[in-house]
Amino acid sequence: MADNVTTKNLALAKAINESLRRALETDPKVLVMGEDVGKLGGVFRVTDGLQKDFGESRVIDTPLAESGIVGTAIGMALRGYRPVVEIQFDGFVFPAYDQIVTQLAKMHARSLGKVKMPVVVRIPYGGGIGAVEHHSESPEALFAHVSGLKIVSPSNASDAYWMMQQAIQSDDPVIFFEPKRRYWDKGEVNTEAIPGPLHKAQVVREGTDLTLVAYGPMVKLCQEVAAAAAEEGKNLEVLDLRSVSPMDFDSIQTSVEKTRRLVVVHEAPVFFGSGAEIAARITERCFYHLEAPVLRVGGYHAPYPPARLEEEYLPGLDRVLDAVDRALAY
Amino acid sequence: MTVESTAARKPRRSAGSKAGGTGTGRTTRAGAGKSAEPELVQLLTPEGKRVKNAKNAEFVQYVAGVTPEDLRGLYRDMVLTRRFDAEATSLQRQGELGLWASLLGQEAAQIGSGRALRDDDYVFPTYREHGVAWCRGVDPTNLLGMFRGVNNGGWDPNGNNFHLYTIVIGSQTLHATGYAMGVAMDGADSAVIAYFGDGASSQGDVAESFTFSAVYNAPVVFFCQNNQWAISEPTEKQTRVPLYQRAQGYGFPGVRVDGNDVLACLAVTRWALERARNGEGPTLVEAYTYRMGAHTTSDDPTKYRADEERESWEAKDPILRLRRHLEASNHTDEGFFAELEAESEALGRRVREAVRAMPDPDHFAIFENVYADGHALVDEERAQFAAYQESFATESDSGFAAGTGGN
Ligand SMILES: Cc1ncc(C[n+]2csc(CCOP(=O)(O)OP(=O)(O)O)c2C)c(N)n1
Repeated sequence: MADNVTTKNLALAKAINESLRRALETDPKVLVMGEDVGKLGGVFRVTDGLQKDFGESRVIDTPLAESGIVGTAIGMALRGYRPVVEIQFDGFVFPAYDQIVTQLAKMHARSLGKVKMPVVVRIPYGGGIGAVEHHSESPEALFAHVSGLKIVSPSNASDAYWMMQQAIQSDDPVIFFEPKRRYWDKGEVNTEAIPGPLHKAQVVREGTDLTLVAYGPMVKLCQEVAAAAAEEGKNLEVLDLRSVSPMDFDSIQTSVEKTRRLVVVHEAPVFFGSGAEIAARITERCFYHLEAPVLRVGGYHAPYPPARLEEEYLPGLDRVLDAVDRALAY
Repeated sequence: MTVESTAARKPRRSAGSKAGGTGTGRTTRAGAGKSAEPELVQLLTPEGKRVKNAKNAEFVQYVAGVTPEDLRGLYRDMVLTRRFDAEATSLQRQGELGLWASLLGQEAAQIGSGRALRDDDYVFPTYREHGVAWCRGVDPTNLLGMFRGVNNGGWDPNGNNFHLYTIVIGSQTLHATGYAMGVAMDGADSAVIAYFGDGASSQGDVAESFTFSAVYNAPVVFFCQNNQWAISEPTEKQTRVPLYQRAQGYGFPGVRVDGNDVLACLAVTRWALERARNGEGPTLVEAYTYRMGAHTTSDDPTKYRADEERESWEAKDPILRLRRHLEASNHTDEGFFAELEAESEALGRRVREAVRAMPDPDHFAIFENVYADGHALVDEERAQFAAYQESFATESDSGFAAGTGGN
């Protein structure tokens, strides 16, 4: 492994960039589309340099129209292309929501399986960067409720690289939520490795006392929580879900059967969030194993607040530790 | 159809067309076969000279009554707005604001149109309309709350008939249209104006607002500030025809005005507002101008545009233009400029101090105003939040720690 030249240390954003580059190189049908993705390389520079190398017809600066971006991507997919579209920020996906929900998600079923929709919708999401309104939201549950869509969110550079490869290769539409506050976090990426299945959760820290489940930006937080809890002699297991839909309940179950306690952490509002789904399923599957109710830590039933309040709104170390303590106290 | 063939048909940009004067370059191309006359309505040249031509003949009457004092007022508005904007930009650099969207270069478009409005007219801005807000009497410091991150708006839109800034591109044009439909239903003679950018013109919402306003003959003026760029994308990435011509397809007039000419913006907006008041329905005004700075303070324009372009537009600076005119017409003396300079500095200082003194919001603000009627879940989460805070207060003196709610 030491002299493995295929391993690179990359920031998460750069890992996606390299993954897109690889996809553009290997499959002439792959296209990158979105606002400012060309010369600027996207507002987060995730597509930096791609237009320079692949040209304006493969890395397409689109008009400022999200419904148009997704709607035309659907048309291109119908024609055999594999568009990877960028929505600039989470809060701006809604003009495209109609196209995603009523068209992109349903085309395969509507055509009795005759039509494939290999479209990836990339959405930088989540808070913690001090932005103004509509730049910090976590709308994954709004999409997970819709059948026909796959929803994934990597938490680290290696997953970002490989999950993007897999998302592009998928014949189903994939909503690819990128944890924008982790864009600059570096990690090892082995570009020759054989990746695990796209929808398989991963134990990122083994433990025996309680399971923390998270995805995307909250995985790192949960690792920090586990480290802090370890100092107090608590041995937490951390599961990185990686995929919200489909969701790897088997892995959650396996972990919970071992630890008997579960805390779910996400940035999105708790009410009707993905944690609710996990709590319900795991209660059903692990009723006799659970020593405590499944607890959830997440956002409030309130608009995402202005930047100066986001630390209060977002799950932080203390809030998760508090939930851990409460679960352990049962 | 292949993507290659699409690419082959893409609009060809002749070199330098972005920098091509007051729109002649582009309008010539779009109006192929027509004369090369600029389609701009202009009353004041970049040298500050009053002009009369066929294109502006219809509009001069709307500024016929403008006095030297009015002109000085417009000048003052533009200078103070620019000063405010510059202060906000430096406050962002000093870490006092999280972000700033500068209006540098767009003062004439905003002050000209803003001063055309009556108090009972209603304004729907995007997020860059600091000059229009100024004309409406909104305290400039109120505009800074959302950029500092202490609120998501910060003023009562009904206080000055100036709606909250809208960040989702194009949304407000529909609100303006609906508001205008309401004005018409009420039988009032006030008008509504919606601001948006050239990029926004691509949004479905904007197209739908054109449709609704035309069909219902709504008294709304669509004021598009074509500042040539939507972040990194030039107007060519949004449209193949000059934007004002879009209106024709919807059945209402569109006009392109020199957006760096405050007098022309005043005249054309007055004309459009008068149409609205007279029950003649919507108008599209395209103010052809230039964003001299970055899109926002997080943008890096060096990645996508050349310095020369900005330089060519600096020659058309809206403030300089009016100053030249005032000086040439002997409408001012040195005292005027000196006083204005002092007033500017005072404004800068006031803004700076107000921003630094702006407190962080109370933590419970998260739960305020989520519903007009209240909501059991919000109450429950607020209570959890409070209990969690208390637990920290008793545990240590480390001050406030993160809340618990949402569990
Ligand atoms: C629906 C939506 N998509 C994307 C964005 C991100 N964004 C903010 S401003 C902007 C460019 C706007 O350009 P334009 O309409 O020309 O107005 P300008 O900022 O130049 O005044 C973009 C893409 C947004 N705010 N809303």
